[in-house]
Amino acid sequence: LLGTASGAWSDENATLIVNGEIEMVTRTAAPDHVPFDEIRSGWTFRTEETQVLQMDDFDNPGMIFVDQAIDTWNTAEGSEGKSCASCHEDVESSMQGVRAVYPKWNETAGEVRTLAMQINDCRENQMGANPYKYDSNPMAAMEALISVQSRGMPVNVAIDGPVSETWEKGKEIYYTRYGQLELSCANCHEDNYDNMIRADHLSQGQINGFPTYRLKNAKLNTVHGRFKGCVRDTRAETFSPGSPEFVALELYVASRGNGLSVEGPSVRN
Amino acid sequence: ACAATNAVQAAETAPSNVTHDDYGSVAASLTGVAGDPARGAAVMTDRGLGNCIACHEVTALKDAPWHGEVGPVLDGAGSRWTEADLRGIVVNSKMVFDGTIMPAYYKNSGYVRPGDLYTGKAGPAEMPTILSAQQVEDVVAFLLTLQD
Ligand code: HEC
Ligand code: HEC
Ligand code: HEC
Repeated sequence: LLGTASGAWSDENATLIVNGEIEMVTRTAAPDHVPFDEIRSGWTFRTEETQVLQMDDFDNPGMIFVDQAIDTWNTAEGSEGKSCASCHEDVESSMQGVRAVYPKWNETAGEVRTLAMQINDCRENQMGANPYKYDSNPMAAMEALISVQSRGMPVNVAIDGPVSETWEKGKEIYYTRYGQLELSCANCHEDNYDNMIRADHLSQGQINGFPTYRLKNAKLNTVHGRFKGCVRDTRAETFSPGSPEFVALELYVASRGNGLSVEGPSVRN
Repeated sequence: ACAATNAVQAAETAPSNVTHDDYGSVAASLTGVAGDPARGAAVMTDRGLGNCIACHEVTALKDAPWHGEVGPVLDGAGSRWTEADLRGIVVNSKMVFDGTIMPAYYKNSGYVRPGDLYTGKAGPAEMPTILSAQQVEDVVAFLLTLQD
């Protein structure tokens, strides 16, 4: 079966090594707060054709947006005449490890911040620039640039201390059966991962690979964009990208992937 | 034609008036009009209607692409279950299989954040059922043709 033109199933034990050097953990023991033996990256559920696109940055269409974001990083915008580089200098060193621990608590603001919220906070309050639309292309591109600096590092999101209340709220959302189809995230990604639902091979719905370049819409997709799509598919009224509900859900879902490697930008179908 | 349509509607059982027995079965037809198995088959494969094959494999429907594996294979369902059982399962499978992932097709309340079809927007105050009463009867008629 392997090697046929349309959708060859991937080898269960295939390993993801990017550019022949970044070795990704795509399967590992589940953290205590996740009711699985093993957690698996969405990469392990994709066909071989899709998998190989993530193995080399020259084949990964998401890397084009990383290049675009490097230009943005160095471009001054807003009333303060500053660029990201004005304060953070070299993105490769200043942003190393950042993606792996987001969403996280911001002590000064007294809130849980996603990476997108932090980027917009810097744009508005440090640069005097307009915030990006939460799930827009420039936001996804900047998130991709920041993710790349943590590729291969384990996701390590804190779930206790000041974030615990938000984490509990995210967990409640994860198990709520929304919409006219009355489906929760868990119904599909916990009870049925590895099963086919119509033409889709269900994964565990992990977000270690975000932002994700999808062949389906040929662009980088944000975490909240994906959540919105999944909630919509239950025939529900969705939450908005950037809403407190999706921020809480992102924290909870991110923590279900603690131990998997940061992969963003990943490639999915 | 108009008079006939009204007559059918008058005879329809509203979602809130459907009675499931202790096993979840629904004995009485929702419309009093015999189901059409061919139309039932179409409802089962249509993504906007039953989309049953998203979760179930059905050999008799193999011409329609992509059958899922979230639910059991439905081959032989008409031998395993009575007409009343099947009507109960399609109307509201949660009355038959506690907590099942399978959606309820003839129900219009009790939802969390119900939407307007697949738009992501809020649904109307009066939610429609996913399938009409006659479509439920058509699906039941098709399922009864699935004999071992
Ligand atoms: C004028 C200075 C300034 C500019 C310009 C600036 N930042 Fe920041 N940035 C900061 C400060 C200060 C913090 C720490 C904020 C805090 O902890 O409350 C920060 C924090 C961050 C963090 C979180 C790092 C961590 O370890 O948690 C990210 C990500 C970030 N900035 C991205 C950006 C991006 C992307 C841009 C450009 C679009 C940018 N910043 C522009 C000052 C700046
Ligand atoms: C009706 C089934 C269904 C429900 C309910 C559902 N999803 Fe999904 N989800 C899918 C399918 C199908 C895909 C695409 C295949 C895959 O990656 O699993 C997907 C993909 C995803 C992905 C992308 C994974 C990757 O590696 O790229 C994430 C993240 C996700 N879902 C999260 C969620 C969350 C959070 C919820 C609840 C708010 C949810 N899903 C509800 C069906 C569902
Ligand atoms: C989201 C998934 C899903 C969808 C969509 C779905 N089902 Fe099911 N169905 C199931 C599951 C799972 C079961 C097994 C019951 C349980 O949960 O234990 C089931 C059980 C059944 C059974 C009894 C199984 C047997 O053969 O013994 C029948 C009959 C059935 N479904 C018919 C349908 C029909 C008809 C439709 C569409 C109108 C449909 N299903 C849509 C998931 C689904």
